[in-house]
Amino acid sequence: MARSFREVLRSGKFIVTSEISPPKGTNTEKMLHHIDLLKDKVDALNVTDHQSSVMRFPSIGGCLAIKERGGEPILQVTCRDRNRLALQAELLFAYTRGIRNVLCLTGDAVIVGDHKAAKGVFDLDSVQLLRAIRQLETGKDLGGNDLDGAVEFCAGAIVTPEANPIEPQLVKFEKKVEAGAEFFQTQAIYDLDKFAKFMQHARQFPIKILAGIILLVSARMAKYMTDNVPGVFVPQNLIDELAAAPKGEALSKGIEIAARTIATIKKESMCDGVHVMAIGREELVPDILKAAGLLAS
Amino acid sequence: MKSITKQKPFQEIQQQLEKFDRVYIAGCGTCTTMTKTGGREEVLAMRERLQGLGKLVTGWIVIPTACDEMTEAAVKQNNGAIQNANCILVLACALGVHKLSTYIDKPVFPGLDTLFIGVEESPGCFQEVCAQCGQCVLGETAGICPLTACHKGLLNGPCGGTNNGKCEVDKDKDCAWAVIYQRLKEQGRLDLMRKYYSPRDYNVAPRPRITKVI
Repeated sequence: MARSFREVLRSGKFIVTSEISPPKGTNTEKMLHHIDLLKDKVDALNVTDHQSSVMRFPSIGGCLAIKERGGEPILQVTCRDRNRLALQAELLFAYTRGIRNVLCLTGDAVIVGDHKAAKGVFDLDSVQLLRAIRQLETGKDLGGNDLDGAVEFCAGAIVTPEANPIEPQLVKFEKKVEAGAEFFQTQAIYDLDKFAKFMQHARQFPIKILAGIILLVSARMAKYMTDNVPGVFVPQNLIDELAAAPKGEALSKGIEIAARTIATIKKESMCDGVHVMAIGREELVPDILKAAGLLAS
Repeated sequence: MKSITKQKPFQEIQQQLEKFDRVYIAGCGTCTTMTKTGGREEVLAMRERLQGLGKLVTGWIVIPTACDEMTEAAVKQNNGAIQNANCILVLACALGVHKLSTYIDKPVFPGLDTLFIGVEESPGCFQEVCAQCGQCVLGETAGICPLTACHKGLLNGPCGGTNNGKCEVDKDKDCAWAVIYQRLKEQGRLDLMRKYYSPRDYNVAPRPRITKVI
């Protein structure tokens, strides 16, 4: 049997994770294709939970598909859409279906998404959700009641190393570590100097850090993300580099930038691994990994 | 404390009053006068607009403070014009609508939407600073309520969407946690940023909330 994600985290290898965007609807064909394409090329696959507050097929559904197909899923759970009863119930269900990894997120604001009038729940926050997992592991729920069968999860969280000011983010990061986060998948990294500074701080904690890599497919998309996607900041020099690519080659340039960043992170042992996000272009993840020297071509 | 309101779209007011041809209008001399949503000027403007629709405005009043006990006396004093109408349009906040509904046995319609309880931070600029949650943490957050001032109401620090000290949903609004961090830092109390807040009790005072002091 393949190693669990927790075992991989502890193995000391350079960890590679990627993520699957579930469909807007019931046609799972593309998602299943992406899962089959990636499940054996990475150590684990996240499935996003209504990413950017856009209603989609659920993370748990994607995770079950990964599990059925022999991959290692990471269930993304945001606090935006469910109160503490629903969150705990989802964790119980996930555990019974063999899902062992959970990424705890606050969740984007409802109004950045496609159901702008919906109620943002945020009954728990990401730190409280991490603690809820640790509490469920003791056999008690958040109400202090006994569970008939507990859970056990490898729990992770996210951090934005390029936020300005960084200090409040670092305090939150430490609260997540104290709450039991074992690994962090960071928000997209584009400025490696800033990331190195963050890592100097993060190294003192017994956790694994996977640098977030978001594939840039064009100068326009890079600018759009900087302006509109919470926590993502693409520096001007990268936008210029994409804009300068010959017509029709911006995507190749984006793959090159992602691969270059991954290769540098690995070569300089900046952190413990990478989390590659291709946002709807998952079929390109193997190309990025090959270009970064992480997959035989 | 001010009850902050905005006028409903006129079309919605028109729909509410569709079946009524005689209307009495009540404004408020306190909050909605300050916010220019239901003072004398707005009441008179509403009278004109309703007359423009062919409605008969049987009378109008700006009650000094529509949510207090004097409202009953004001209703009695104006009973003739009120009885002559077949509905009341209220340009006070929802508290005023509530009060008038208890004293008048006719349909009472809100002309305003009540948004929040706010303070006037600068002339004409009203801000929500308290969500009346029943568990005040202001002593530990340098006077800024994260439940109210953070879009997501986060108690354990900022989300990852904040940048340059601004909120992910509105770049013109401060990130509550950036301000809290700065103030606590200036006060030498940054250790409070590290405090873990457990999940909130949303039933400190279960709804409907009532307090009896005598």
